Amino acid sequence: MSPVVRRSALAVALVALFAFVPLIGLHLPWVLPSTVNVVNSTGTLEVLALCFIFAGVALGYDVIFGYTGLLSLGPVMYFATGVYVFDITLTHWNWPLLSALVATFAVSLVLAVVFGAIALRVSGIAFTMVTLAFAQAFYYLIEDNPHGLTGGDTGLALFSSRLPGFMSGAVSNTRNLYWIALGFLVVSYAVVWLVTESATGHVFVAIRENERRLEVLGIHPFRYKLAAYTLSSLVATGGGVAYILLIGTAVPSAVASVTVTLSILIMVVLGGAGTRWGAVTGAMLYVYLQQYLLKVAAEPSFATLPAVLRVPLSQPQFLLGAIFVLFVIFVPGGLAGVVTRRRLRTAARRFDLTSATPTTVPMEEL
Amino acid sequence: MNVLLALTFSGIALGAVYFLAASGLSLIYGLMDILNFAHGLFMTLGAYAAWDVASHLPVSWGAPLLFSTALVASILGGALAAGLTEVLIIRPLYGRPIGQILVTIGLDLAVVGLLLGGFGSNSLSVPVPLWLIEATHVGGLSLPNSDFVALVAGVVVLVSLELFLRKTRYGITIRAGVENRDMVSALGINVGRAFTLVFVIGGAMAGLAGLLYAVVFSGDLISPTQGDSLLIFAFIVVVIGGLGSIRGSAVAALIVGLVQDYTNFYLGSHPGMAEIGNLSVVLLLALVLEWRPRGLFGSTL
Repeated sequence: MSPVVRRSALAVALVALFAFVPLIGLHLPWVLPSTVNVVNSTGTLEVLALCFIFAGVALGYDVIFGYTGLLSLGPVMYFATGVYVFDITLTHWNWPLLSALVATFAVSLVLAVVFGAIALRVSGIAFTMVTLAFAQAFYYLIEDNPHGLTGGDTGLALFSSRLPGFMSGAVSNTRNLYWIALGFLVVSYAVVWLVTESATGHVFVAIRENERRLEVLGIHPFRYKLAAYTLSSLVATGGGVAYILLIGTAVPSAVASVTVTLSILIMVVLGGAGTRWGAVTGAMLYVYLQQYLLKVAAEPSFATLPAVLRVPLSQPQFLLGAIFVLFVIFVPGGLAGVVTRRRLRTAARRFDLTSATPTTVPMEEL
Repeated sequence: MNVLLALTFSGIALGAVYFLAASGLSLIYGLMDILNFAHGLFMTLGAYAAWDVASHLPVSWGAPLLFSTALVASILGGALAAGLTEVLIIRPLYGRPIGQILVTIGLDLAVVGLLLGGFGSNSLSVPVPLWLIEATHVGGLSLPNSDFVALVAGVVVLVSLELFLRKTRYGITIRAGVENRDMVSALGINVGRAFTLVFVIGGAMAGLAGLLYAVVFSGDLISPTQGDSLLIFAFIVVVIGGLGSIRGSAVAALIVGLVQDYTNFYLGSHPGMAEIGNLSVVLLLALVLEWRPRGLFGSTL
């Protein structure tokens, strides 16, 4: 079997496996992130769905950061657009589902093109700072609760009679929302796969590797950068829609703060920037660990630990941050880097270098 | 008229704090090409060091001495945190610029998480002398004394930083490094030492900024995430001023402080515009970049 066929078969098998999870009532102690140790319990399904949503968002972010090499700190803005525009059009204005969806993506598209074009006037670190500033301004705007639309700090619950019954936030619907999240991940993966393997995708990588050379070849990098920025923004918006359907409430600190951006960045780097499966794996691991660590910290035996151990171990933010620092220093290229290096070593031993060339080129610098 | 003058004064004080936060960031970027996300952490740690010292020393020392010790503690706390950061986690990553940015992000998340675990998300109150809460009356104006402290600190730091960078050997090395790092190391000068020094100086100023921000603008309260929100404004100041330029940071800090103060006062009271001060600063950033992509005083990017 050729590597492409083998990999596609593996992907299909994994998606099929995850699609069946809600139907499996298996009892699994220790490994599950919810206190009910059953695979298809509501808590576990919700965490897994969150894993899928952030895996999709991370994939989109990988297009701008890993493939194109632009350190944008703006993805949360488009995630929040997905959450809030969808929520507002349904809850406040009672729009039909389809119109709400179209409006959400249209707003996101306009925002991405306008703000992307402004931010891309500068490059390097200045670009990073500008995207951060815009995202922060967006956060302030949401916190401000203009005309009572966003609910400010208290948040805005999704509640609409236009929402089909099977999608509403009822506990019995968790498995439907789980499938929607999985569907979002599959669609994002397909889109990102198509784009990154296309000629346009190769220009993205060329921008990362040597922008000057592209200009000499007569290709304007700006248009491609804006395309990469817009694509990753639209994927983040899709993630926002799936998120608000699943979680049911939009709170600025959870969906619009800079912490969300940094988490997405960490997911991609942990898995390996510039590879698709790296971004997906990194995000799934990150979200899963975050929830799992919270569960561990809430266990009664945990309270008996001395404070020196209990305080750091009860903070997922500390543990994940520390793991991230160690990864950046000691595991360059993230999980994907480890796999690529091992594959190259095995291949070099066999003197068969052709089959070892990875189809996607990870970011070397990391 | 009086209102405008009083607003201008508090805007300048805000600018002074922004300058303290931003100038170190700008130097670090200028010399090392690092976008230092841990700078907000240095501010927070400086403020916590000050709180720790001021609330554990005997009260019999008297408020003025306690507060002076707290000021020193904030400077030392920030400097120590920054020095350790440079030596322990930035140094292994020389030559990997994106890796360096990423570790500062990870460090910030990790240590802020630790602070949240240790102190909780509630604010702590730094003990300050009564004098600092009072105001001085100058020609019909009532100006808060804490603003004077911020202003004096900003001016003292600006002047000493300029003197240090222009008159001392280390300062000249740093300036040369900002100009052309490779040439400096080719001349056999130890740039690594300058890197650590810049971090220590930047951290010291950040620590002071962290404490002063709490004293001047948030009612003596400190919280684990305060530095991170201040950091965003420091970033904006650095980009507007031009990356690597101290004078640029000073001018931009004043502009940002004034714009934020004016818009907050004149527009912020309208319904749904409570955040107008913050928003207008971002708008200002966008305008400056449209007009001068390299910032007001920036030469190269």
